[in-house]
Amino acid sequence: MLTFTLRRLLLAIPTLLVISLVIFLLVDLAPGSPMSEIPLTVPPETRQKMIEALGADQPVFVRYFLWLRQFFWVEPAYVIDHWFGTSWAEGEQRILSWQSRSPVFTIIGQRLPQTMIVIGTAYLVGILIALPIGIYSAYRQYSLFDQGGTLFAMIGFSVPTFFSGTLFIIIFAVWLGWFPTKYDTTLNVTDWDSFLKQIRQMALPVMTLGLANAATISRYMRSSMLDNMTQDYVRTARAKGMTERIVVLKHVLRNSLIPVVTVIALGIPSIFGGAIITENLFGVNGIGAALIGAIHASDLPMVQTLAFIFAVLIVLFNLIADILYGFLDPRIRYD
Amino acid sequence: MKMRAALLGAVAVMGLAPAAFAERGTDGEVKLTFPQAVSIMNPYLTGGTKDIYASSMVLEPLVGLDPQGVMVPKLVTEIPTKENGGISEDMTSITWKLIPDLKWSDGTPVTADDAVFTWQYCTHPEGGCSQATKFEGIASVEAVDPQTIKVTFNGPKANPYTAFVSALSPVLQKKQFEACLGAAAPTCTDANNMPIGTGPFKVTGFTVNDTVSMAMNENYRDPAKPAFASAVIKGGGDAEGSARAVMETGEFDYAWNTQIPPDTQASMLAAGKGQFVVAFGTLVERIEMNMTDPSAELPEGERATAKHPHPILSDIKVRTALSMAIDRSVLVEVGYGAGGKPTCNVIPAPDDWASDNTACLTQDMEGAKKLLDEAGWTDSDGDGIRDKDGKKLHLLYQSTVNPIRQDFQALVKDWWTELGVEVELKAIDPGVFFGGDPGSPDTFQKFYADVEMYANNSDSPDPEVYLGQYQCKNAPSPETQWQGENINRFCNPDYDKLYAELGGVTDVAKRQEIAKKLNDMVTKDSMVVVPLVHRGTLSAHSNSLGGVQINAWDSEMWNVADWFRVK
Repeated sequence: MLTFTLRRLLLAIPTLLVISLVIFLLVDLAPGSPMSEIPLTVPPETRQKMIEALGADQPVFVRYFLWLRQFFWVEPAYVIDHWFGTSWAEGEQRILSWQSRSPVFTIIGQRLPQTMIVIGTAYLVGILIALPIGIYSAYRQYSLFDQGGTLFAMIGFSVPTFFSGTLFIIIFAVWLGWFPTKYDTTLNVTDWDSFLKQIRQMALPVMTLGLANAATISRYMRSSMLDNMTQDYVRTARAKGMTERIVVLKHVLRNSLIPVVTVIALGIPSIFGGAIITENLFGVNGIGAALIGAIHASDLPMVQTLAFIFAVLIVLFNLIADILYGFLDPRIRYD
Repeated sequence: MKMRAALLGAVAVMGLAPAAFAERGTDGEVKLTFPQAVSIMNPYLTGGTKDIYASSMVLEPLVGLDPQGVMVPKLVTEIPTKENGGISEDMTSITWKLIPDLKWSDGTPVTADDAVFTWQYCTHPEGGCSQATKFEGIASVEAVDPQTIKVTFNGPKANPYTAFVSALSPVLQKKQFEACLGAAAPTCTDANNMPIGTGPFKVTGFTVNDTVSMAMNENYRDPAKPAFASAVIKGGGDAEGSARAVMETGEFDYAWNTQIPPDTQASMLAAGKGQFVVAFGTLVERIEMNMTDPSAELPEGERATAKHPHPILSDIKVRTALSMAIDRSVLVEVGYGAGGKPTCNVIPAPDDWASDNTACLTQDMEGAKKLLDEAGWTDSDGDGIRDKDGKKLHLLYQSTVNPIRQDFQALVKDWWTELGVEVELKAIDPGVFFGGDPGSPDTFQKFYADVEMYANNSDSPDPEVYLGQYQCKNAPSPETQWQGENINRFCNPDYDKLYAELGGVTDVAKRQEIAKKLNDMVTKDSMVVVPLVHRGTLSAHSNSLGGVQINAWDSEMWNVADWFRVK
């Protein structure tokens, strides 16, 4: 298992380098300019000067190698300096966003907590709703509950979040006035009141995303359960006189969870990636909102860094899913 | 500018406001929301309106502009004029006097050195200052004494009120930005995000592209202001969401730039929690006619250049007919509601500068058809499309992706089709269209289409710089890497001559007269620019927020010190 993990990790290095180059070229070749949001009243010469000041007029490979150096040397050195008080990154240029001129990692640091809390909670809520629905739907296949679950999943699948989000805003914020529509990122949870406030402002985005997440996972859970329900070992278990509870929740569920866990693990990078539409809609200042804002403003360093971090996370969580598989299913061994 | 009126206006504004409240910091928090989040608080490193407006609550210029476009002193005792000796007889220098005992929010005194530094900061060749034009033509800025700033120009300057005027060009604190000159400018993250200013508020927290938190400035020059103890600007989402947060849920007090369809405006108003306010600057949605041939058959490098005049649109009769077929009031009704007015001018405001050109306001389909007949475009084969010498009257009409613009395109296409013109529509991503990338065929400068639609405006009430766009030399071409503001490649030596004359005229009435003539030359006389809608900026504020005076010439938050809570 260890050799397998090491081999996979080493293989990941060239993969990620190629990914970084491809992302860089794609983002660079994409049409648009960092000056496109500047009003037309700013004359061309001034625009040119602004582009030069950003370094955006350098040849693409110069910028790519500069970025590689900044990403793999300057930024880690900066973190080490920060922790141990060394001065390795002294005088080095960090990766700066073109749009805000702030260090990209500072922005990510500001935004990651919001994304993790909101999107993470939504994911968790999604899983907690999805598993029981999936299990019971499979156990009582074609029952009224199963039909209801299918309907729920269909809605979650097919209604895009920009629609369901707006619908929730109109129902819960405009008509009922229960929840705020804009997420207040300056809120500090210090006491019971501020905690309640935090829960209230998280309610709408979590509901919107939780619905979509639950829909996907509940379908996986249901079909995996159905596959196992008809297996011989289930009949054996029943024949041995085990209660339905033990048959379903112990024998069937544990075996059915294997593929579902993979799906859940593979979905975790998307928590870090944030949710572009939902974050934007509710004003959650997460990673997804940062990404879409940066794409609109052709903020290449920001888009490049975020996209690359997503790539790293996806490669990493694929590996974790594979390893988890080995733990859950004793038949699978990689050595 | 009429100085007497300016000063009277200023006195009136100052006299009115304080009556409503008495003490600083008694009205709690004012909450603003912007559909685009604030990226940076230093207006010299950004061109984004969102950033400039947000920073205007903290950083201040020497003088601001009021809703009529008239100057109001902010950090100076009076507005320098020839009469009071503030402007030299030969118009080569202007001298500003700072208010005595003026303090930055950190308690240190504001001196003339800060203004000198600001000039050095923005004119540094490596700084990439977005407001460099404000400092153009300035030979030096000196501190005569700690209270006196003398700006000397390279020659006589007809409009000396550019540097340190309006939110586009505020004064920075030398102490804070000293280490941020030139190439170091972008690396000063703390200074750029939390600048120290003289405004009614100071920044207490800044999260990039999300929230700006502010507290009242204890050192603000008026001890009774601001009424609010703190302010917060939350950014992100879209125009409709921002409007809703003010008009329907009441979470916010003020929403900037709530450009939403007229029917949505009406339904939000019905909730009774707030109101929309609109300010008309010079923003005009227009159709620009391409005077050069954009045909793909021409070799690259000659396509859409002055070498090949446009085969159809070079004829003024065709251009006039196309303009006559448009019903501008329908466009306003569909797209903007209260936020727009039909117009025939490139310079629609201020009133003193706008030509009385109204001929295009009534649609004249029959007249347009007649003009096309006269121009030789007739439907000879009976397919409903006019032709001439075997060539169909076919136009490619491009614009950016934007729901209102697509509505406009569809409406105009209907009218032009009725005329017998075959219209092909194209919508381009705004990032590409306005991006100016010389490698892309879809930029508005390259103009590989027959007509295109977008909006543009002058950033000051005096439109000299803005009118300079239509000079022959500003036409984008391969030689200029497709940069340049004369999008139409309009070229009229008389225009250039009159424009050169404008630069030397200092008498305001005479300047207005020339500006009107120049406006007419590109619009009604030549129909090269076909103005459609004079667009206002539409914002929303809650009924509990008082003192709002929306302003198109300066920041909308220009008088935020006077805002108060209606009780």
